[in-house]
Amino acid sequence: MNLHEYQGKQLFADYNLPVSKGEVIFDAKDAVDACNRIGGQKWVVKAQVHAGGRGKSGGVELIDLPESARDFANKWLGNRLVTYQTDSKGQPVSSILIEACTEIKSELYLSAIIDRDSQKIVFIGSSEGGVNIEDVAKNTPEKIIYEGIDPDVKDVENHAINIGKVLKLNEDQMKQFIPMVDNLMRLFIEKDLSLLEINPLVINDKDDLHCLDAKINIDSNALFRQPELVEMYDESQEDPQEAEAAKSDLSYVSLDGNIGCMVNGAGLAMGTMDTIKFYGGNPANFLDVGGTATQERVAKAFKIILKDPEVSVVLVNIFGGIVRCDLIAEGVISAIKEVGISVPVVVRLEGNSAEKGAQILNESDIKVESINNLAEAAKKAVELSQ
Amino acid sequence: MSILVNKDTRLIVQGFTGSQGTLHSQQAIEYGTNIVGGVTPGKGGQMHLDRPVFDSVEEAVSKVEPNASIIFVPAKFCKSSILEAANAGIKLIICITEGVPTLDMLYVKKKIDELGVRLIGPNCPGVITPGEAKLGIMPGSIHMPGSIGIISRSGTLTYEAVKQTTDLGLGQSSCVGIGGDPIPGSSFIDMLKLFQEDDQTKAIVMVGEIGGTAEESAAEYIKNNVTKPVISYIAGQTAPSGKRMGHAGAIIAGGKGTAEEKIKKLKECGVHVADNLVSIGSKVAEVLE
Repeated sequence: MNLHEYQGKQLFADYNLPVSKGEVIFDAKDAVDACNRIGGQKWVVKAQVHAGGRGKSGGVELIDLPESARDFANKWLGNRLVTYQTDSKGQPVSSILIEACTEIKSELYLSAIIDRDSQKIVFIGSSEGGVNIEDVAKNTPEKIIYEGIDPDVKDVENHAINIGKVLKLNEDQMKQFIPMVDNLMRLFIEKDLSLLEINPLVINDKDDLHCLDAKINIDSNALFRQPELVEMYDESQEDPQEAEAAKSDLSYVSLDGNIGCMVNGAGLAMGTMDTIKFYGGNPANFLDVGGTATQERVAKAFKIILKDPEVSVVLVNIFGGIVRCDLIAEGVISAIKEVGISVPVVVRLEGNSAEKGAQILNESDIKVESINNLAEAAKKAVELSQ
Repeated sequence: MSILVNKDTRLIVQGFTGSQGTLHSQQAIEYGTNIVGGVTPGKGGQMHLDRPVFDSVEEAVSKVEPNASIIFVPAKFCKSSILEAANAGIKLIICITEGVPTLDMLYVKKKIDELGVRLIGPNCPGVITPGEAKLGIMPGSIHMPGSIGIISRSGTLTYEAVKQTTDLGLGQSSCVGIGGDPIPGSSFIDMLKLFQEDDQTKAIVMVGEIGGTAEESAAEYIKNNVTKPVISYIAGQTAPSGKRMGHAGAIIAGGKGTAEEKIKKLKECGVHVADNLVSIGSKVAEVLE
């Protein structure tokens, strides 16, 4: 789960990390008052969406009149922001963060992730901030440090010093940086983060460290113990079909092809997409109905797949392990009746009671192609999609 | 021979009396697995599926001397259940549950490594040695005793590989689902090592997927340490970047972890790559000819 920048900065403030004085607004009429309460002569207004690249797309502006904040809010609230990280429709803007302007001397980079290889929390730091870190990694790898820290470490001071040296911090900045790393580590662990990124971390005109951005991802598996973070969830930032699928515990990702896929298991779902592609077709989606595919879930899955107008054929691929294929076959039949499907459906059943399942499909009055062999089923779906 | 589990395995089930624990324990018993008891706190002293229930793993260890445990408890309790089994001296733990927080696994992984405990999973179908013992949720009927060792990050994809090797009459020595999470208890490399040392295993099928660099590390290990033929398939060749494909581990992040990179590395290291899900079996047959 992702947070907005303003939500991330609230967490930063809770953990004593230096952030700008700011307010979030949801209505343009609150903009001028917000600027006046923040004070100063200059402000930064930032459209809040779950995507990077906002600055280059007009989603961030530097202003010197409170009325400009109102104009900016009027321009963006209720509209969609398209950046190089979004799709062509962009992300809806429903809030604007207004902040006091920070004078910048230099821009640094700091992030933390859970690293699978070293099985530690790894802090990534660079003296080159404000840019795409992957470019820095490629072009000037000597400017990046990867510092692994055990989650149960008692004292992060030495780790912080290692990172601070690469960031080329002076003595005073290092004194600020050590507790900063300690606080970030506490935040990361206590809030079950999977990613934390400050790009840029800046040195301001007073030579102090300051967090100018905040990108936070939370481990979805840990949300059961983070109720206050669940409150921050903004469904409008998700693909509507993916969000609806998630409510039914279906894992769905929309793609740009025309063959709808319904598969049990994430690995097999990817494998099925690959097989379609291998035979010259294009999958319209990834959809995992889960290990316990029931009639209700199959019906729900059909509904979600068919909301995509591009879908011209549906391929169902179920490898019955615990789940019995005859029950799936009955689920498919009743789902087709219930949903009223007008496109052809190819069903491949394998494993537990597969023959009985195929027999039920063949004997039904519903028009489905039941093919036991996956290669043949995929070929048929591709043929029907063209 | 086989790896990890066999007819001498004495299994306890943590979360024994729950619906998942009951269903899969019943099927495991029908398959011939020697389940010697189960653990459900607060239900100690009862009998369930004709086996004794204990309040703690420690108690089970002292009464029925298990040498393996399988875990079906809800995700939020997995950390403490795994550590409980590890601290009680169980050396093989299989955690089926999906949805375990990644930070929990960071702590667990460090602890079990210190204790010398082997953990398979979480978020996995388990381990089976066909004809001897089934410690997991896989359908027993598609398996057949034989010579192919199978390792996979995914459940139903494993079944697909199993079915194809059974249909060819090759069968399996053992099949291990290591799970689709970012921090698994055991890696491809851990299992490759065991299959390399196992006399019954003639060839190894490694089913990978997009995300992370586990397949690349495994490829490097195979090049230097595995003399048996390894056949691999990588799922997610058509997956888009930045989208999580069901498994928490299956995501292409920042251009890393693509199927293309993994396949290239595997081929460079002498692994036989099946270019399609449906050709895993035929690739194995071709390599063994």
